[in-house]
Amino acid sequence: MYAYDELDRTLVRERVDEFRDQVRRRLSGELTEDEFKSLRLMNGVYLQLHAYMLRVAIPYGTLSSQQMRMLAHVARKYDRGYGHFTTRQNIQYHWIKLEQLPDAMADLASVGVHGIQTSGNCIRNITTDQWAGVAPDEVEDPRVWAELFRQYATLHPEFSFLPRKFKIAVMACEHDRAALRIHDIGVRIYRNGAGESGFEVMVGGGLGRTPFLAKTIKPFVSRRDILSYIEAILRVYNQYGRRDNIYKARIKILVHELGIEKFAQEVEDEWLEMKDGPLAIDEAIVNDIRSRFTYPAYEKLVDNPPELKAAAGDARFEAWRRNSVFHHKVPGYAIVTLSLKEIGKTPGDATAAQMDAIADLADRYSFGEIRVGHEQNLVLPSVARRDLPALWRALDAANLATANVNLISDIIACPGLDYCSLANARSIPIAQEISKRFANPETANLIGRLHINISGCINACGHHHVGHIGILGVEKNGEEFYQITIGGKADEGAQLGALIGPAVPYAQAVDVVEDIVEAYLDLRMRPDELFIDTVKRLGVEPFKERVYATRQ
Amino acid sequence: MTSPLEQKKIKITGPHVVTANRTGDGAVIWRTANKGWSVDLADAAIVRNSDAAKALWNEAIADDVGAVGSYVAPVVIDADGTVKPGNLRERIRVSGTTFELPVAV
Amino acid sequence: MPLVSNGQLNADRFVRVADDAPIPADGAVLVTAQRFLDHAAELLARGAEVGVIWPNNRDIGELAPYLGKLAVVALVFPAFKDGRAYSQARILRERLKFRGELRATGQVLRDQFLFMQRAGFDTFEVKKDADAKAFADSLKRYSVFYQPTGDGRVTAFRQRLARMYDDADLMKGAAAS
Repeated sequence: MYAYDELDRTLVRERVDEFRDQVRRRLSGELTEDEFKSLRLMNGVYLQLHAYMLRVAIPYGTLSSQQMRMLAHVARKYDRGYGHFTTRQNIQYHWIKLEQLPDAMADLASVGVHGIQTSGNCIRNITTDQWAGVAPDEVEDPRVWAELFRQYATLHPEFSFLPRKFKIAVMACEHDRAALRIHDIGVRIYRNGAGESGFEVMVGGGLGRTPFLAKTIKPFVSRRDILSYIEAILRVYNQYGRRDNIYKARIKILVHELGIEKFAQEVEDEWLEMKDGPLAIDEAIVNDIRSRFTYPAYEKLVDNPPELKAAAGDARFEAWRRNSVFHHKVPGYAIVTLSLKEIGKTPGDATAAQMDAIADLADRYSFGEIRVGHEQNLVLPSVARRDLPALWRALDAANLATANVNLISDIIACPGLDYCSLANARSIPIAQEISKRFANPETANLIGRLHINISGCINACGHHHVGHIGILGVEKNGEEFYQITIGGKADEGAQLGALIGPAVPYAQAVDVVEDIVEAYLDLRMRPDELFIDTVKRLGVEPFKERVYATRQ
Repeated sequence: MTSPLEQKKIKITGPHVVTANRTGDGAVIWRTANKGWSVDLADAAIVRNSDAAKALWNEAIADDVGAVGSYVAPVVIDADGTVKPGNLRERIRVSGTTFELPVAV
Repeated sequence: MPLVSNGQLNADRFVRVADDAPIPADGAVLVTAQRFLDHAAELLARGAEVGVIWPNNRDIGELAPYLGKLAVVALVFPAFKDGRAYSQARILRERLKFRGELRATGQVLRDQFLFMQRAGFDTFEVKKDADAKAFADSLKRYSVFYQPTGDGRVTAFRQRLARMYDDADLMKGAAAS
């Protein structure tokens, strides 16, 4: 957990004061909406169907229990008692009043939380793996670099008015849990053949109207050079990214139009001019950032303590343990996923009461630390295995122990037309219906790992392009229709899903998902062949036939 | 419900209203016939042709301080004269989400 | 349009000369990029100050040969959301070492003053009178800066390192005595 120092805290306070003044000037008419809009977006303030929405940053998905309690407080005091965790490790409040926002932001700032740059044409929340720092397979803790990048990106004077939004993700494993290849810049920390630690830098990923997967622009950038290299990429983008058409303004379009070799050369030319300047990183700077990360004082524990053995007879506990508990790099500990995908409810939502409960449980069982995943679930990153039964009982009582992590009802969905003014169709009711149809845990486990992603419009905030099953809401003649893709993947084998056929109306969308699942169960070679692998083996055709056989 | 934020040309047939969000608190509002705003759809001025819609909309967007994101939205009028939202997006703006919120209000 | 330079409202001694108007024999003039490039020798031979208005979609490097002789480079924000001139400004100051007046023109608003100043602008053609009056206050909004630019401010990173070394010196001092 990174602890803000006085400098970090001061900047957040100064930001709140600036925004308070900007709100005042907006309400008095000194600022027009057109002038104010960019400013409010840079503080995460959107206008939605019913009200303003506030998107609060959870930098690289790490939260302290104290911060979680403040999120609960904001939900209660300024919103309708709940919040929504997003696909970029942020939290959103959907019923915010502009005139109360400066106070809400001041409350958040008191614990080092803010909405800085969670929207707007600037560098957004730096995301990483929700298992960072505790995953068995990582090279080093990517959050130290994510924090360095976060500071670098915050109120950057040159890059606050880019052609479009800019998203950076960082990982430190072979296995990509942060969906690097759908980011504008993806950074993978690794050790090269000579044992040196450095970065593979990928550029030009992004979904939306024209989805692209990121390409490697430079296979190895040293620790010393990574910031100047990122600055070079941003400067090329700032100058040459398109500004005439918002659908062609992301860096992915520039990379595509120039070609990766030419783009890489532009960046290299720029970088050579600046690489020995003040952005060259001194290892002392990295150590300084790392010095403000606290790590748990782990005890020496065993993996199968008596408490765990005693609970093995409880079938519901076992089902949860097998589903939601993951290996930790320290023996005797576990990484626990808290499913925010209650059957029939909105994926990713948590009530203020749940947030408080999670904060208490984090204090009790996870060294006060919580993580947010882009799958819209939460994580307690360091739970002693002997505490799992007690933790489970408490989670179960708070409806945070649905044993559906990575299963069909663990759906990723954007807020959609029920909330969002960009949407063409609803997404949440589709997610709720799917989860109800597959509520039976035996059925869900029979199907196995299956990621469904739902977006209510082409902006793809639900990441539907990279879902094993992707669902995109569109509008036809005032009615909601859904395009369905299969075979998408978000990890290191990233690929975009393939359309299975024409869009179907709202009333049929969930039936189509059932048909796809039934086709998979019929077609799979063995019970443990995953859906995504069956699609890879057989392609779209057999699924298409099945779905459209009875539909015209 | 193609986002009305992309509304450029106003071409309407049938009854329409002008709607927006109140600047201070984001509440859903409708433009009235006497140069004001109301949180009640029943008070909305109805326009039935493109010129009238354009005029009402221009009047609304001139109130940059009071309202944000004005646009022209369809309504349906019942036999008894009740004005109702004319598409799913507007129904959601009037009645809220199409599912229960996590916390009862 | 109010001009802010040296942190204060000031009169503009530069006259913008239209492309089809004759260049006056003396007095400070601002001309467009193409006019300047086409008539650089003539302009610079006048013995009076010359400034150029450079568009934000043209490579600022083209001005490099003339920077020692230009009194003003005026960059353009056609919309405040169009941030290309920030990059041009930084290149001018930090790479090309331009030391003359760097002027922000176009849609120049209060909420971008500090970004502009950090990028190297020292003169601002401000859109609104109220913003011009608020200029000094705007620069005081923030005291913490993460990114190194040519503005001379010590970044948070460097402040922290300095503290570390100070502490180290203190400890060395304590150990010695």
